[in-house]
This record gives sequence, C-alpha cells and structure tokens, in this order.
Amino acid sequence: MSSSTSMGAAAPLGGRAIGVRVEPDSGPERGAVDRSPWQIFWREFRKSPVALAGAGILFVLYSSAIFADFLAPWPMPKQDLDFGYHPPTPVHWFADGRFVGPYVRGTELIDLGRSTYRVIPGSRHPIRFFVQGTETYRVLGLVPTRTRLFGVDAPGHVYLFGSDKYGRDTFSRLLYGSRVSLSIGLIGIAISFFIGTLVGGLSGYLGKGVDLVVMRVTELIMSVPALYLILALRASFPSNVPSDRMYLIIVVILAFIGWASLARVVRGMVLSLREFEYVNAARALGAGTLRILFRHIMPNTMSFLIVAATIAVPGYILGEVTLSFLGIGIQEPQASWGNMLTEAQNIRVLKSFPWMLIPGFFIFIVVLAYNFLGDGLADALNPRKVTGGKS
Amino acid sequence: MRTYLLRRIFTLIPLLLGVTFLAFLLIYLAPGDFLSQMAENPQISAETIEAMRTKFGLDQPWYVQYGLWLKNVFFHLDFGESFAFRQPVFHVIAPRLGNTLILALSAAVVAWGLAIPLGILSAVKQYSWRDKTASFLAFLGLSIPEIFFALLMMYMAAKTGWFPVGGMRSLDHDQLQWGAQIGDILHHLVLPAIVLGTVPMAGRMRQMRANLLDVLRLDYVTTARAKGLDENVVIWKHAVRNAINPLITLFGFTLATLLSGSFIVEIVMNWPGLGSLTLEALLKQDLYLVMGSVVIAATMLVLGNLIADVLLALADPRIKYD
Repeated sequence: MSSSTSMGAAAPLGGRAIGVRVEPDSGPERGAVDRSPWQIFWREFRKSPVALAGAGILFVLYSSAIFADFLAPWPMPKQDLDFGYHPPTPVHWFADGRFVGPYVRGTELIDLGRSTYRVIPGSRHPIRFFVQGTETYRVLGLVPTRTRLFGVDAPGHVYLFGSDKYGRDTFSRLLYGSRVSLSIGLIGIAISFFIGTLVGGLSGYLGKGVDLVVMRVTELIMSVPALYLILALRASFPSNVPSDRMYLIIVVILAFIGWASLARVVRGMVLSLREFEYVNAARALGAGTLRILFRHIMPNTMSFLIVAATIAVPGYILGEVTLSFLGIGIQEPQASWGNMLTEAQNIRVLKSFPWMLIPGFFIFIVVLAYNFLGDGLADALNPRKVTGGKS
Repeated sequence: MRTYLLRRIFTLIPLLLGVTFLAFLLIYLAPGDFLSQMAENPQISAETIEAMRTKFGLDQPWYVQYGLWLKNVFFHLDFGESFAFRQPVFHVIAPRLGNTLILALSAAVVAWGLAIPLGILSAVKQYSWRDKTASFLAFLGLSIPEIFFALLMMYMAAKTGWFPVGGMRSLDHDQLQWGAQIGDILHHLVLPAIVLGTVPMAGRMRQMRANLLDVLRLDYVTTARAKGLDENVVIWKHAVRNAINPLITLFGFTLATLLSGSFIVEIVMNWPGLGSLTLEALLKQDLYLVMGSVVIAATMLVLGNLIADVLLALADPRIKYD
C-alpha cells in the first residue's frame, strides 16, 4: 500500500538508485512460514555482505569508544615531551629467530629539531597485558579499576600509531576522541530526527498556515550553504567554552541545520499518506490528530526514515570534525578526531610525520561503514519486499 | 517561460530577506560589542567608531539596526566595514568570490568530464570488472571526507613535488608572462579541483550508469538494434542522448553546491576563496564580514538552483513551466 510513496521518496537519497527487486510471489514460500517484520528484515539484511561489514565495523568502533579507558595504554592528557612526533613503533614477535611474544624496541632522540629517533640496538621491551595503569577510571562509569589492556615497562614506549607534538599517544587519543566524534553523530541525528518528524509530520497533516510557515522556514535554512550557516551560528556563541558545553553547542548547531531537510521529506510523505482510506477510517472512529499522525501515518514512513537517518549520521560526524579541525569546536586537551587533524594542516608536520593523518583515515572508515549500512538497510527495508508486515 | 522566471525571481525576494534577517539576528546574538573591540585598537580614532556607531545605529533598538543594515545592503551593496581589512565588506568579498567560482567551475568540469564517460562505460559493460571497479571507486569517492582527502593530496604534493602545496599563485606570479600566469593558476588548481570534484563525480557517475541502464531497456533501443543498427550508433546516438538529459540539469545544482562545498578545500589547500575568508573573518570576530559572506553565499546557492531549473526547461522540451 504505502510502498509506492516510500519508494518515490527514497530517490533523493543522495541520488542513489535503489534497485527494486520484486520477490516472486510464489505460493508455498509465502504461505508456509509466517515471519515477523524483524525476521523478514534480518533475512534480507543478512544477504548483503557489505551491509554486514558496515554494521560490524561500527559495532567494533562504538564498543572500543565505550571501553576506551581499558583499550588505550595511556590516559588522555598524558604527555611525554621527550618523545614528540615519535613514529609508530613496530611490534616484533621474534628475537634471534625464535618466538618470544610481542615486544617493542627502545628508541632515543637523536635530533630534537627534526624529531628523529634511533632504535637502540638489542633493546627489548615486552608488551604486557592487563597491566596496572597509573590512573583509576571507571568501567561504564561504575566499576573503578586501573587495569589497562596492554602496556610496556617504564623506559620503553609503545606508540602503535605514533605520537603527536607533545609526545601523546595517537592510538590512545584516537580511542578517547572517538567518544566525542562518534557519539555526537548519534545524538545530533536523534534530535534532528525528533524535531524533523514532529514538525514535518504536523506540517504535512495539518497543511494550510502551519505548512506554509514551516516550509518557508525550512527553505530559509536550506538556502544558506551548510558550512556558512554553521560558522555563522558558531559566531553567535562565545568562543572559549569548556569542552562539555562546546559539545552541547555543536549538537545544537548541527541539529538546527539538520532537521529542515528531514522535515521536508516527512511532510511530503505525510501529505500523500493522509489521503489514504485507513486515515479517514481512523478519523471517523474519533482518533485525535496526534494519534492519527503517530499511530497510523508515521509508522509507514519509518523504514524510509531509518535509512535516511543512517545515511545522514556521517554528516553530523563530519560537522563536529570540521568545527574541531578549524579550532572552533572541541578544544585541547580533550581529544576529538577533528582537532587531532588540526596539526596536519601544517605542511611541514604533515610531510615529516604522516601518521598525523591516521584520525582522518578513521573518519573515512566510519563514513564508509555508515554508507554500507545505509545501502544494506535500504535494500532490506525495501517496502516492496516487506509486504504483509505490520509496523 | 518568462512569467515563470519572473515569478521565481519574485519569490526569491522574501527568501533572501529572510536570510539577511537570520544573518543579522546572529550578529545581534553574538557575544560582545565588536565596536568595543575596535576601540581597543589605537589606530582607530574615537570619531571613526562614533561615526560607525551612528551609521549602523548601534545605539538604537535591534529592529532599527536591522533596517539600517538592510537599507545599506540593498541600496548601496554596503555590507558594512570589515574591521580586519579596514575596507567595505563587499570589496573584500568580490575577488574572493571570483576565486571560489573558478574553483567550483573547474571541479564541476572535472566531475562531469570523468563521470559521463565512466558512467557510460559502466552501463555498457555492466557487471564487467571495469564496471565493478568503477562502481567501487565511486562508492569510495562518495564516502571520503574532504578534510582527509585534501590533506592526503597535500601530503602527496609535498612528497612528490609534482604540484604546488596549496595556494593559488606562485611567489613569482607577478613577474610571469600573461600565458604563464594562467598556466601557474591552472597548476595550482589541479589538486583542489580533484578533491572538490570527487564527490559530485562519484554521484553523477552512478547516476549516469543508472540512467543509461534504464534507457537501454526501453523498446526503442530494442527497435534500433532490431533494425540492424551498429551497436555504437544505438548507444551513442539513441541511448546516451536521452540518458544524459537529467545530468545537464544537475550541472546547475552541482555548481551551486560546489560553491558552498569548496569551504573545506579552500581552507586546507589555502585557496583564497570565500570560504577561507569567512573562517578568517570569524576567527577575527569580523562580524559584518562573516554575515556579508553568508548572505552572498546564500544568494549564489539560490541563484544556482534557479539557473538549474531554467536549464531543465531548456534541455527537456516536455517540461513547461507556464
């Protein structure tokens, strides 16, 4: 029923052509097993290895953000000024031709100006697991502990992804930074989603004056190029604020911009859905506006909205990354994937210490994973396939 | 067509008014009085500041201020003074806007120049290794963040020395001959245009592929083949012409989005465009300059969309607006 509208609206998804494969309606398969919508969804979703890979990558990244304290060998602000711009330390497994378990070599600074290091021959610092760190943290904010996954004993250093100007471990900061950069996308989309569906839904259902005003406002927001609007909005907040408040400001800015396009799409879908007979039936039975909208109309837009939201998350992540990269978002010493890249803007740093680009690579992976997931969801939630499923 | 055009231009007026109001509101909400910041600068006399205070009506309520600002913008194209450049905002913006246009146009040329042939190739050789490679690269191209891509290109340029590391002109640009000057700018333009053009290129390639695949399934293509026409004629003369139509329209839209999308590329690659100017202005709290840029950028976007709609009507005889 609603399939035609949902498909029509699926087209603006970044201009992607979503292939419509019509399932053969052959009797035995349909009749024999009664599947819940979730089962149908899962059966379809499982078929796409790319979508599964996207979901897997995101699962790993978000879990490691949650357990960042445990996985990171260093606390976030810890510096070691004697080891600035230290290259990534290779992990060795063999010594003198036999297996000795993972260890790193010791290094010493030979040129302070150029930050060049020399491997101390014969030195060996074994990587130990479940070491006791210097700082106490709480697992999931509850259990206090000092145990960290791995580390090396005192004179040795393990920099899996190298170190930055202050000798801070890039690998550790990447983990702590992911907490900011990855969560901001989810919170941002959640707020936009809420405002967008509410406003867009009401606008489409009520029509007339409400619709007119809402549509003019969304047009206004969408006619200012996003980054210019982000900067202008940023200018109306104070420039130096603590990281936790900055986080909120960024979320507010991104949500302010993001709800508009979502509202327009929802409005368009509601506009056609409200003409269906079941809506008339609900109205005849005395259901109120909000009940009709959220019990009867909105569920039909959900499969589309889930896909749209998934594909929109990278935009929010990139919004934070961009602001922090430009130095007007999350501030040091709090790590974010954006502000970790700021140093790479200096071409001398970039040329000599290319590992400063590693956070950028992870941003790329996250965006890719969300796009994979979004494509997979679009296929699996394709309403032509999920026939007979109740929402 | 003319009535349509007039009507569209007419509806742009309230929209742009809204944008100026939004921009003004943001100036107004911004913390601190920017004139007080100027007052700390010993080079600016107290009279100048007083004159500006009266000119922009900063001692008046906000709606009077907005009215004055609007009056200056509309009648004199006067967006106020840039505090950092000590020049009218419009004079600062105009050359930067030109540079952004150059970059956006080049990126669009890169995008279309590659997307159309690759899309055609992908569609004609569907499911071949070339199609799969092209489609995979397009997916990567759609996903690569501009910040990362731009930094990667800068690293490549610094390592190999094949391209200049950012900027728009060499140091000795002014001493060069006329032709060499253009060559110099083009050389600087290559990397930013590639970075900026990649996303639209990937998007348009997928679209061209999908369009052509759709068209190739139509009956008239089968008829053309049944007549015994050469496959090349069928594809190029019959199919591609129809498949390419929607992409012509999108050229206008893309140009509009490229104008605003060039922001990151300009900043990372030191391209002296409107985006990098806006960031400078923001960091220096040069608020009239920030708002001037926002209004100009919005105008470009809106006009770009209008041009795209007009192109659509011109390219497709089935569309009639009146």
